[in-house]
Amino acid sequence: MIVTRVQAASFDAAAEITVLTAGRSNIGAVVSFTGLVRGDDALVSLTLEHYPAMTERALSAIAAEAEARWPLMGGIVIHRVGRLLPGDPIVLVAVASAHRAAAFAATEFLMDWLKTKAPFWKAEAREGGTTWVAARDSDEAAAARWRAAD
Amino acid sequence: MIDLLYFAWVRERIGLDGETLPCPAGVATVADLLDWLSDRSPAHTAALADRSAIRVAVDQVFAGPGTPVTAGCEVAIFPPVTGG
Repeated sequence: MIVTRVQAASFDAAAEITVLTAGRSNIGAVVSFTGLVRGDDALVSLTLEHYPAMTERALSAIAAEAEARWPLMGGIVIHRVGRLLPGDPIVLVAVASAHRAAAFAATEFLMDWLKTKAPFWKAEAREGGTTWVAARDSDEAAAARWRAAD
Repeated sequence: MIDLLYFAWVRERIGLDGETLPCPAGVATVADLLDWLSDRSPAHTAALADRSAIRVAVDQVFAGPGTPVTAGCEVAIFPPVTGG
């Protein structure tokens, strides 16, 4: 199953992948994606707010959807909240499968849906003040691709 | 009663992270609730002015304008999500 976690603390992607595959010999592919805070335009920090009661439900629903669409053999989704600095990891998606196609597709799907269907909001702090990040049409379009494939 | 929760710039513009209000008469849907809430204060009016930038969840599930709102439910109002 795909485990989902929301946490303020950082994570070690390599350690999470080791846990995913430990003691298993039937996994042929692990694909992982790590999202990092980009220090564009003199970014000082990035603060992630979320809606705790809904986040858990949303992440579980997104994970269940991925498991329904591809033959997966486990996975992990970690999303951080709170104040992060440029270079810090924000999000980890790692998925195991027998073959690479399912693992690549499920990883991309999980990220696309995380960006558009999970209640997180980013605020960017710079010298001049703090601004909320606006949603991007390109993220909506990326998420919509998976609907078209239904 | 209805439990209202506000997030991100909706929270900042209204100046509250939430409020519990008596279920208003004539409010049956999310759209009704947003119309009614908009008249509560100038801050509410400003926060909810651009409906295209407002998203709503009822009982922790994304809702549309026609989603029913009933006594005892939790309604969260927020901008489009930007996680990941």
